[in-house]
Amino acid sequence: MLPVGSPKSMKDTDVRQGTLALMVLKTLDVLGPLHGYGIARRIEQISGDLLTVNQGTLYPVLLKLEQEGSIASEWGASENNRKARFYRLTRQGRKQLQEEARSWEQTTAIIERFFAVKAQDLK
Amino acid sequence: MKTLKRLFRRLTSWMTSARDDALLQAEFEQHIAMQTAENLRAGLSPIEARRQALLKFGNVQAIKETYRDQRGLPFIETLVCDTRHALRRMRKAPGFTAAVILTLALGIGANTATFGVIDSILIRPLAYPQAEALVSVRHTAPGLPSAPEFGGSSSMYFTYREENRSFEQFGLWSASGATVTGVAEPEMPRALFVTYGVLDAVGVKPLLGRWFSQTDDTPKSPETVLLTYGYWQRRFGGDTSIVGRTLTINSTPHTVIGVMPDAFRFQRDPELILPQRFERSAQFLGGFGFQGIARLKSGVTIEQANTDVARMLGIWLKAWPPNPGIDRTVFENARLAPRLQPLKQDVIGDIGTALWVVMGTLGLVLLIACANVANLLLVRAESRQQEIATRAALGAGWRRIAREMLVESITLGVLGGALGIGLAYAALQLLVAKGPDTLPRLHEIGIDPLALAFAVGVSVLSGALFGVVPILKYARPRVATALRSVGRTFSDGRERHRTRHILAVVQVALALVLLIGSGLMIRTFQHLRSVQPGFTHPEEIQILHSMIPMAIAKEPERVMRMQHEILDTLAAIPGVTSVGFASRAPLESFLGSNLNPIDAEDKTFASGRVPPLRQIRRIAPGYFTTMGTRVVAGRDFSWTDLYDKHRVAIVSENLAREWWGDPGAALGKRIREVGPADPWREIVGVVENVYDDGVHVKPPEFAYWPALMDRYIWGGENGSAVVSGMFAIRSNRTGTEGLLAEAQQAIWSVNGRQPVFLITTLEALYDQSMARTSFTLVMLAIAGGMGLAIGIVGIYGVIAFVVSQRIREIGIRTALGAQPAGLLGMFVRHGLWLAGIGAAIGLVAAAGLTRLMSSLLFGVTALDPVTYAAVSALLIVAGVMASYLPARRAIAIDPIQALRAE
Repeated sequence: MLPVGSPKSMKDTDVRQGTLALMVLKTLDVLGPLHGYGIARRIEQISGDLLTVNQGTLYPVLLKLEQEGSIASEWGASENNRKARFYRLTRQGRKQLQEEARSWEQTTAIIERFFAVKAQDLK
Repeated sequence: MKTLKRLFRRLTSWMTSARDDALLQAEFEQHIAMQTAENLRAGLSPIEARRQALLKFGNVQAIKETYRDQRGLPFIETLVCDTRHALRRMRKAPGFTAAVILTLALGIGANTATFGVIDSILIRPLAYPQAEALVSVRHTAPGLPSAPEFGGSSSMYFTYREENRSFEQFGLWSASGATVTGVAEPEMPRALFVTYGVLDAVGVKPLLGRWFSQTDDTPKSPETVLLTYGYWQRRFGGDTSIVGRTLTINSTPHTVIGVMPDAFRFQRDPELILPQRFERSAQFLGGFGFQGIARLKSGVTIEQANTDVARMLGIWLKAWPPNPGIDRTVFENARLAPRLQPLKQDVIGDIGTALWVVMGTLGLVLLIACANVANLLLVRAESRQQEIATRAALGAGWRRIAREMLVESITLGVLGGALGIGLAYAALQLLVAKGPDTLPRLHEIGIDPLALAFAVGVSVLSGALFGVVPILKYARPRVATALRSVGRTFSDGRERHRTRHILAVVQVALALVLLIGSGLMIRTFQHLRSVQPGFTHPEEIQILHSMIPMAIAKEPERVMRMQHEILDTLAAIPGVTSVGFASRAPLESFLGSNLNPIDAEDKTFASGRVPPLRQIRRIAPGYFTTMGTRVVAGRDFSWTDLYDKHRVAIVSENLAREWWGDPGAALGKRIREVGPADPWREIVGVVENVYDDGVHVKPPEFAYWPALMDRYIWGGENGSAVVSGMFAIRSNRTGTEGLLAEAQQAIWSVNGRQPVFLITTLEALYDQSMARTSFTLVMLAIAGGMGLAIGIVGIYGVIAFVVSQRIREIGIRTALGAQPAGLLGMFVRHGLWLAGIGAAIGLVAAAGLTRLMSSLLFGVTALDPVTYAAVSALLIVAGVMASYLPARRAIAIDPIQALRAE
């Protein structure tokens, strides 16, 4: 479980925000425009019990992404006809997602290989 | 890019923050409502469903806080908030605020104005394109006595233009007057004579018409002239059809070929620009009366150009014949060497030191003002001590409190600075309108972005400077301990007043430095005034220059008779005591010097050596009487000497002493100007020295020749008269419009086409020669006065505060039988102690700092003991007075009242 309390350590926050941001982008990419609650639910579902977020911490991340221009938001009606704010991926966000997904894959590949190496391989 | 975008979003959202907060709240509510609905579906009770939803969401306030920090610009928000607070507090104390802002406005305004002047004159490049490549081409001659510096000769013009490797353009120029007749009254505007290359070098295109071409430079081609904007406006009302018209200049018709733009500036502020023409076949080595100007090729340094000129001097020395009557060895032995300097240095001259001294002085005044404001802020902080302590106790960090105090003082500084910029702007407008002509680049003075940046910087810096004092005292990390000591005021030790004491001592020390500076200038001025200048009562002497154009009289004798007639008419004006005529008035060296080597019959000079240069002036009888120059030995010239062409001369006392040891011994000796067959002239009189270059410079040695002579090296076949000369009128009506009108009328009654120009009084010339000293004196005196006043107020404030804090103690002392005299002494000693320490520090600082102004002093050294002693005494006495007044209040206190106080 990732520690997702009130941010105290900046370093910790950065890592968490970075991961969370990538998940948000991917969620919006897969599901299309979605409100904050929907994004939080989706992340919970996908990660199972491995990741339970304090749902509120999602909002500063959404703000940051919006300020950077990766996502945009507008107010609309939710499923049960209530007013809700919907977030959607922008073109730039899609590009960012592709780039980050690629670099993420590269990183995982490197780490995987690194752990796969056995002691005798290094001789 | 991303960061920038975010910053921009933050900026915009910071402005819409209230609406955004409501929306965020709504979004959160919505989120929690959805989660609650989800929980309800999972079968939880409504209350439990909402509780779980809230738990899952997390701490709403903390999230909002993070969100807000990310959204807006918290630093700016607090800054705005602090500024708003500061402004509110200022409004509540209008008296305090006004005092502080006014003090700062004066200090910052004075500094900004002076910086504006320094910036315009010293820092900004000249108003020409790529002005840094412009140099003035000067020479020096280490082989001549006193190694004079001079411009260039006409032969150099040809050599330098043809042989140089480092100049893009080169030309010679000279400035003098030129008569313009036929348009309204005859007049003599300032004229600039330029060879081809000068205007090309400065690179300012004409507004109308064209520049001079090489044809205009060629002798015998049609005469042409360029007008400057000011003259064109004044004389022709900006008439654009002027180009192609003809003007009669120096009695010859000249075609106007163009008008220079308004922004065109040149040394000596010319009104007309005329081509300087040289006949190539008639040029000699000598005759260095021209100024050289060049534009260096890009990438060429002054050192490289100097080397290039040194090389060309070798070619030049071989290429041209020496002037008739002068041996070539004279030029060889002079060892001419180039001395190029940036044109800017030529233009601004030696005004720099005086300006920097004034700037430094006003900087000190600002420092004193800051110390004073810091003191006022301390008093305010004292009264807020409890508030600050309470806030600290409630958890406000000391940084936060310090920042708020700093914001308040910087706000004060900026407000004072804004007012100060207004004052500086007004002051500079006044300076440009009324300023002395001796100030170079006067019309370029103004406040440009650099000066504005300076003002803003100084404002913020002084705000921070005086703001940091109360912060160090009250908002340090241990701020909370203050809470303990408030309550009843105790009579406490020196510790408590230490900051205040330091400030008072600093003020006294700085004031002493300023006062010593102004004291030294006063002593300099006294010394200058006490020099016997070689003339008396300059305020009575009216000076008019006039010229007899060739078209009216050519014959030297006729010219002289005409001037004689004018003298007689002038003498007949009521109220005129005496009149005189000479080639030039004393203290007019700005018209250019008239130095030439003088030879004495009984002295021999080694061959190839030039005798020393002497000042030459031509005079008519009565000149010395009018000026009040004493005849030391012998007699003045007589009209018979002039009309009968007696070969006579008069010399100055210093020349007579140098050559013959005694004024009397000079009589009967014969002298002449070095040149082809100038006749020997017998010395018939010796007159006292005249300080012709200003009283701060050693008086030059003079040779006076008669205004009319039969033979003269610079004259023609029929002899020589002074065509353009100066009439001096001694009268008790000098300086009045009436006398001037009558004098002009007198001249025009003899000859209606004779221009009258350079109208002034000898007193004006005398004052002008001391302009730099009096300017510095006035500025330093103002600064010193301000410094003294603020310093005294500083001591007074400290003692008054100490007295008010120790009322209880005084009451107890009085009740126990302390004598009033003893109490009085206690406080006065306290004040004296502050003044004494301040004075001691100030003396040391002054000894170091005044050395910087030694080039401005005359007759006193920078360590003049009289000034130092007098100023210290003045300051100590002032310190005693400043502490005596509040101390008297202390002994008037009724002990019962005092103990009941609070």
